[in-house]
Amino acid sequence: MSMQTNSPSPSANTRLLTYVDALREGVAQEMRRDPRVFVFGLDVDDHKAIQGSTFGLVEEFGPERVFGTPLSEDAMTGVAIGAAMAGMRPVHVHIRMDFLMLAMNQLVNIAAKSHYMYGGQVRVPLVVRSMIGKSWGQGAQHSQGLHAMFMHVPGLKVIAPSNAYDAKECLIAAIRDDNPVIFVEHRLLYFTDAFVPEETYEVPFGKARVCTAGGDITIVGISNMLVECMRAHELLAEEGIEAEVIDPISLLPLDVETILSSVRKTGRLLVVDNAWTGTGASAEIVAAVAERLGNGQRFEAVRMGYAPTTCPTTPALESEFYPDPAKIARAAYAMVRPGQPAWSPDPERAKLAYQVKFRGPF
Amino acid sequence: MTKRAPNSVVAAVASAADIERIYRSLRLIRRAEEEVARIYPSNKIKSPVHLSIGQEAVAVGVCDALRPDDVVSPTYRGHAAFLAKGGELKAMMAELYGKATGVTGGKGGSMHLIDMSHNVLGASAVVGTTIPVALGYALALKRMGTDRVVAAFFGDGATEEGVFAESLNFAALHKLPILFVCENNFYAIHTPITKRWATERLCERVETYGIPAHQIDDGDVLKIRAITANSIAQIRRGERGPIFLECRTYRWREHVGPNEDFDAGYRARTDLAPWVEDDQVAKLGAKLSDSLRAKIDASVEREISDAVAFAEASDFPGPGALRTDVYAN
Ligand SMILES: Cc1ncc(C[n+]2csc(CCOP(=O)(O)OP(=O)(O)O)c2C)c(N)n1
Repeated sequence: MSMQTNSPSPSANTRLLTYVDALREGVAQEMRRDPRVFVFGLDVDDHKAIQGSTFGLVEEFGPERVFGTPLSEDAMTGVAIGAAMAGMRPVHVHIRMDFLMLAMNQLVNIAAKSHYMYGGQVRVPLVVRSMIGKSWGQGAQHSQGLHAMFMHVPGLKVIAPSNAYDAKECLIAAIRDDNPVIFVEHRLLYFTDAFVPEETYEVPFGKARVCTAGGDITIVGISNMLVECMRAHELLAEEGIEAEVIDPISLLPLDVETILSSVRKTGRLLVVDNAWTGTGASAEIVAAVAERLGNGQRFEAVRMGYAPTTCPTTPALESEFYPDPAKIARAAYAMVRPGQPAWSPDPERAKLAYQVKFRGPF
Repeated sequence: MTKRAPNSVVAAVASAADIERIYRSLRLIRRAEEEVARIYPSNKIKSPVHLSIGQEAVAVGVCDALRPDDVVSPTYRGHAAFLAKGGELKAMMAELYGKATGVTGGKGGSMHLIDMSHNVLGASAVVGTTIPVALGYALALKRMGTDRVVAAFFGDGATEEGVFAESLNFAALHKLPILFVCENNFYAIHTPITKRWATERLCERVETYGIPAHQIDDGDVLKIRAITANSIAQIRRGERGPIFLECRTYRWREHVGPNEDFDAGYRARTDLAPWVEDDQVAKLGAKLSDSLRAKIDASVEREISDAVAFAEASDFPGPGALRTDVYAN
């Protein structure tokens, strides 16, 4: 789907670009600009090129700046950190976010801590690209949104762009950032498109986007859930409910102010995450708003995310596992019109937001 | 430098009954996976499949030398090891279909096959992760005073993970009853070994941990079986702990999915040719009389069509199943 973003500076040179092409363009432009940038990771240089997101890079920049690795995530992360300390700007790519678990020690104990524990003497300008998977029975270990694990750790930055425009700007900003950045992508977003400027552009982390204005309820959608929230917004609008949909984009740092001022207006907050809710990003967002609201103002909050269970492979259960536009719209409706009978959108219409371009099995 | 297995072991003979049994197992796995590949485009199997077509001899050769109470630890490319160890084809097929009658009730799919009643430990989609788990199982078997043995399967790619080195050291240190079986098909997804290893001297690397290592370079099922039998006997007698086998083999299909992918350009079809020429299914089949082979083939086809019919007829799990098994109680 193409997405109307209230982009900071609409450029004459925009064109529709897919998320995957935006990633590729962003990194290529940075590699041309800065010889310290290099891209590595399992499969970055094979013919599939991480769903195409690293396609053509080895041809343009050569195998010293674009290379595959052995299956050694732990050591490779340490290598990336060391190279970053030496002044390089590594982009370490993982085709699944789940594999970051093998690099957790390096990421949490070295990457996040070094600048602080060495008294500012080193910097770790590292970008870790990682993809959340879904569907086609990929199941327990190939479909986890683990961003909250990284949001817990000061010293890391965590971003989860939901569209091609943000993907390009965030990747460029991440490469230019002097800190380790965990870059969370979602497989279902790869072939969605948006208007993306040709030139490089960059926005500072920590700024959320208000995607639609509305006074009835604030809906925050994380990663690909933003797309589902936008669809829910349309379904709700037909019922006369105006939802203010917010894309946090950056999860650490988190732009609490933007969400807070929306909640001050609506008094209702629904956070939809592509992850579990317990001690997750949605818990953090609700808590951050609750702490800051002040003046005795009350608000109603609901979190949505994965069912509190492991992701099953069978399609019979997978649909129960994930939030979808119908579930989101239903929950929002119940919050806005508590006294009224429950309402559900027409299931056929609610289905449309699913990414029809996605095909298995990968 | 190729390190060949000692000839004394290689010369071990197989009886007519052995050949018949081994052929049946090879044939069943080959045909079952071909059937999976045939069904796959219908979208009835919505689970990424990593086929072992062409690699069956490793699982069959190893498992045929094990006792039923021995244990195997398969990988996500695990249909072969699962079936060779006696895992139920019906339940496997139903699992691929996502049905409630599958080995995990549809929760795990192709990459997480398990059958504890036949001593098939579960598999993981995260490469290398199950190697230390197999080790722990072996530790427990030893502690319990049994002479049971664990065979842990993994690919050449898995040997690059840190956990592989950590596991070798621990297994050697504690003389654990484990047979490491590396299925070296020369590729990790599309990346050849030459881009991942500075040398191919895997067996030498392993030996420095104090673990005897054998390379079987031709995929010969009877050789794999004989060397496994010899190794398992040593491990069972508690003589010297773990043994390592590097079984060279070749993947005939794409890394994941039902098709061939020689047109992708990362490997040449000519590399496949010698392996097809030396196809172990055909080779073992040729050792049987035509009538016996036809009888086995017919029974294999029946077993497979029964399994597919079973999978098709089975129900999907009900929504209540989503939240069961999160915790044991
Ligand atoms: C820890 C981890 N890193 C990366 C991957 C992605 N991946 C899946 S299969 C595979 C190749 C593994 O090759 P090998 O161990 O040789 O086994 P084969 O597939 O050849 O049987 C890779 C890299 C993964 N699943 N787990």
